[in-house]
Amino acid sequence: MNNDYITSLLKEDKRIDGRKLDDHREIKIEYNVSKNAEGSARCKLGETEVIAGVKMSIGEPYPDSQDEGVIIVTAELIPLANPEFELGPPNSWATELARVVDRGIRESNMIDFKSLCIKEGEKVWMLFLDIYPINDDGNLIDASVLAALAALKSARFPKIEDDKVVFGEFTNEKLKLSKLPITFTFGKIGDTIMLDPNSKEESVLDSRLSVSVFDGNIHAMQKGGNKEISIEDVEKIVDIAIKKEKEVRSLLK
Amino acid sequence: MTSEKRLDGRKADEMREIEAKVGIIKRADGSAYFRIGDTIAIAAVYGPRELFPRFLQNPETGILRCNYDMTTFSVTERKRPGPNRRGVEISLVTEKSLLPAVDLSQFPNAVVDVFVEIIQANSGTRCAGISAASLALAHAGVPMKDMVAAISVGKINGKVYVDLTKDEEDEEDATDIPVAFTARGKKLTLLQLDGNVSKKELQEALKLGKASCEKINKIQYKALKDYYKNE
Repeated sequence: MNNDYITSLLKEDKRIDGRKLDDHREIKIEYNVSKNAEGSARCKLGETEVIAGVKMSIGEPYPDSQDEGVIIVTAELIPLANPEFELGPPNSWATELARVVDRGIRESNMIDFKSLCIKEGEKVWMLFLDIYPINDDGNLIDASVLAALAALKSARFPKIEDDKVVFGEFTNEKLKLSKLPITFTFGKIGDTIMLDPNSKEESVLDSRLSVSVFDGNIHAMQKGGNKEISIEDVEKIVDIAIKKEKEVRSLLK
Repeated sequence: MTSEKRLDGRKADEMREIEAKVGIIKRADGSAYFRIGDTIAIAAVYGPRELFPRFLQNPETGILRCNYDMTTFSVTERKRPGPNRRGVEISLVTEKSLLPAVDLSQFPNAVVDVFVEIIQANSGTRCAGISAASLALAHAGVPMKDMVAAISVGKINGKVYVDLTKDEEDEEDATDIPVAFTARGKKLTLLQLDGNVSKKELQEALKLGKASCEKINKIQYKALKDYYKNE
């Protein structure tokens, strides 16, 4: 019933919550929502709410990047946020969410991983970026990316003594970020493409495409959903994302 | 801690500042936020809904299921994601502390799920979680016989205090006694103890816990009233 209503509205380019096809919902970002984290933030995208936190510690580098710090992104789809989420180890959707956020960060080189090296081959900074949806009203990807960027932006290094982190004590030194790539997720239902699908729209999506953009360049993409999309669809989506990136990035100031 | 004053200047029977709200998670049937000092708990209730797998169903009554967990960054040293033994135990005692207050007899074969997540931790997280969960159940409209509030009381250097912080808990021979009371029944639904106290000290601690839970009840009722006032 809901589905028919959504699709019939879309035939007239209308959405159930009154938005235009290329409108995202209102974005609100709040910093420092959890004091014990090195950095933390909350993003509200309409009714969707995600919190992200950064913890930092000192560890060993990976064998193939001896002079680079490490980032590990995790998403826990806690059943608090959505009646369909279940307890247990991360399912494929949680893993996809974490990896899409991870790629947007990693592939844009927004973090200078070499600057996170303490002693080559031995000690590097490890960033743990953990994402928790609190209320899932659709498009967790974009809300998670914004919460993650804001958490990274607010992160300050912990104090260290004898190359060990002093837990709960922080320095004033911020994590250096060179750019902030923004991720936009689009849904396609029938022939209609819409930005930032809410949970009702998500339930009838044919396909989904997320693009992470910075300064007109694309740093990460992920197609989801069960149906195909055309090259023309991709071009249209990329155009909208590039048109919107400045406006959304300005919210991270 | 030799003088009467505590590390953060509170009196012995003074809790940290408390803030409570309901209706914070739209997707849930009931939800609540409960902050005491720097400890923040949120709770969501889903149900009554059908219980799967089916062999867990009880044809006589609905079942209450609680889960407690903390975000990895809520504590100073990152917690590993997912459940651990501590979380499993706290989930269990949370469930047992709420069970006497709910009446699920009209929902055979169903389950009411309560999910508690600690967003920021500075001691007393299980108690904050229980106080939040009780509020979320009430907000969900689950039939309840009573309200539940929880607080940790403790002993440091032979003196009894309410609502210990992390710094206070770290004092040598600090004893931690988390308790929960029903609001009308004034009976205990959570009682744990970790340390060393005399019978007299225990009596004093329970009295202080009961009085403190009564104060929390008032804040819980106000949160519910404020929500419906704004509806």
